[in-house]
Amino acid sequence: MQASITPEQILDQAEVLRPSLGSGFRDEIVQSMYAEAERVARRAVHTREERKYDLDQQIDRLITSPILGLPLMLLMLAVVFWLTIVGANVPSQILANILFGIEAWGVGLFNSIGMPWWITGFLWNGVFRGLAWVVSVMLPPMAIFFPLFTILEDLGYLPRVAFNLDWLFKKAGAHGKQSLSMAMGFGCNAAGVISTRVIDSPRERLIAILTNNFVPCNGRFPTLIMLATVFVAASFSPAVSSLVAAGSVLAVVLIGVFFTLLVSWGLSRTLLRGEASAFTLELPPYRKPNVPRILYTSLIDRTLFVLFRAIQTAAPAGAVIWILANIHLNGVSLAQHIANFLNPFGLLLGLDGVILLAYIIAIPANEIVVPTMIMVYMGTSMMADVPSYHDLYNLLVGMHGWTLLTAVNLMLFALLHNPCATTIITIYKETKSKKWATISVVITLGLAFLVTFLTASAARLMGWV
Amino acid sequence: MNEIIIGKSSPCDGCPANAHLAQMGLKLDNYDRVIALAGNPNTGKSTVFNALTGLRQHTGNWPGKTVTRAEGGYEFNGVRYKLVDLPGTYSLLSASQDEEVARNFILFGQPDCTIVVTDATALERNLNLVLQVLEITDSAVVGVNLMDEARRKGLEVDTRSLARDLGVPVVPIVARSGEGMQTLLTTVADVIEGRIQTQPLRVAGTPEFQRAVLDLKAQIEALYPGVPNARWLAIRLLDGDARVQQAFLSGELADLVSGQKRAEALFSRKMAIEGRQ
Repeated sequence: MQASITPEQILDQAEVLRPSLGSGFRDEIVQSMYAEAERVARRAVHTREERKYDLDQQIDRLITSPILGLPLMLLMLAVVFWLTIVGANVPSQILANILFGIEAWGVGLFNSIGMPWWITGFLWNGVFRGLAWVVSVMLPPMAIFFPLFTILEDLGYLPRVAFNLDWLFKKAGAHGKQSLSMAMGFGCNAAGVISTRVIDSPRERLIAILTNNFVPCNGRFPTLIMLATVFVAASFSPAVSSLVAAGSVLAVVLIGVFFTLLVSWGLSRTLLRGEASAFTLELPPYRKPNVPRILYTSLIDRTLFVLFRAIQTAAPAGAVIWILANIHLNGVSLAQHIANFLNPFGLLLGLDGVILLAYIIAIPANEIVVPTMIMVYMGTSMMADVPSYHDLYNLLVGMHGWTLLTAVNLMLFALLHNPCATTIITIYKETKSKKWATISVVITLGLAFLVTFLTASAARLMGWV
Repeated sequence: MNEIIIGKSSPCDGCPANAHLAQMGLKLDNYDRVIALAGNPNTGKSTVFNALTGLRQHTGNWPGKTVTRAEGGYEFNGVRYKLVDLPGTYSLLSASQDEEVARNFILFGQPDCTIVVTDATALERNLNLVLQVLEITDSAVVGVNLMDEARRKGLEVDTRSLARDLGVPVVPIVARSGEGMQTLLTTVADVIEGRIQTQPLRVAGTPEFQRAVLDLKAQIEALYPGVPNARWLAIRLLDGDARVQQAFLSGELADLVSGQKRAEALFSRKMAIEGRQ
């Protein structure tokens, strides 16, 4: 009996005892634990009947097959996009009509009671119009896209996607689970960045964090869907236009995946050198989706969450835009001054000054890029404000000189440009490093400038515009 | 606070003597008991958590989606419980972050009871984690989830045989529909209040191993009288576990043992956060 023991003595004692156990004692414990588990399980679990075949396994063989796996995945994604585009069109119009009707009513009311013009303008044409735009453009696509996506998630499809894409990520020197954080990024890039915690290796986790932004989050999906519908599909006959629109959104997503892999590959050969680590991924059984829960998760947790975030930023942004568009210097609005200043650079990228201004104002949240653009355009041209897709086309093409190149480059820019402020802050929190947060911005913005510059130059050289 | 009665499958569940479950969401300032929720990834742990707390921790059918530790509260038969949802892990032995969080909480966080959620359709794989949890704590209840899926697949799980072998209560549940949840909560309360005595199954090992463990265990108990599970600490030291060594040297264990029974909730939070980072 020792009178008093110190922690150090106990640790020493452990060192002394360890050799007596033999080197493999740890493995022995683990093995006997596994044997015990097997014994207990065998006693407790009985199979009622011998199943002729396992349906799950049959489906898996198809969905994760080397030949059909990827095409099936793309097909499924295309169907989801197509349903979103087709389904969102009409509700978007109805919402827009109602909300802009309310705006007109509000303006009329304020005028009739003799409010000063600037209060009416600021509240109704500024703040309210910002809100109306965000709600009518974003709500319907989200309310369709998120439930569809959540069904796939609930079924158990996401891990299969990771399985299908694993070899690609491995080739890029990244972790196969990166495709899971990538899939989360479709919902929200900040959530995607947090979900990289499932990756154990710090190197591969950083790669996943830095490249997460290359999948368009749902704040950017409405931009893509709108551009695809208004421009790309407008050049085709109505019969196929929705298919073309879905196809072009899918193409943008694939370009995003391409850049994810390219940048991962580049990083794992430069800043974050190393080999891809192996991992086991359990393919969970397919489960019958739980409909109430899917509706709750997708509509409350996702749709409304994103919508409120958008509204919170759209209202002040609407106010800022209205102020910028209505304070005049030398007869020209401030917004126009800034846009003119940015214009040469914008044109170089196949965009224009207003688009760049919109992206600067939209740094807090990507959701409001399109509404900002429209408001600056409308604020300067005083257009009638019922924004059907047709009016939008006339506004942008007819009055502000947009071309197919502008639309394509805007889609590319929306895909590649810097993460929103929330995501940047999340990256900083997750990496605990200002350096990596900065690098995430530099890489994305640099690529966005480079790619749009190249496509614009190519298009001009070829004489397409 | 919304009161609901979930599940009515076992005869006891419908019994009026079995009082309400009141979901308390994030109201965590006053609680009487701490429950840890452990389990392999994708066994429906988050679904159990949501059903009890009324919170909406994200659920999805893929392993590894709970990446942070979530906490929520519920009240059952007048007792307020704090429920801590640990990240899903396959084991508590290796050193990945998720496993550290789970392990540190079960050991240092001193939950009054640990619920291990298992997948009825993959019981053998899940039992590995159960056995590891039982190495650490006496106070555990095993919830065999996804019983509906097992039935669909033609599997019969004999929970009585399981309970006999494991030495802790085993409750069949279907977390998504709420089946068996009342029984689970009653059982947890019974284990905490000592109405059910547990005798967890522990791996014996070789005679040398047993001798070494006993030797070290006696010393640890002499150093820290009343330490929770000196046996497990001894095994970890023999294995050369750096985190446990550190807990000895830094005085964390001393604090834990001497410390007030409740103050360690704060401590456990710190531990788990450290484990995360």
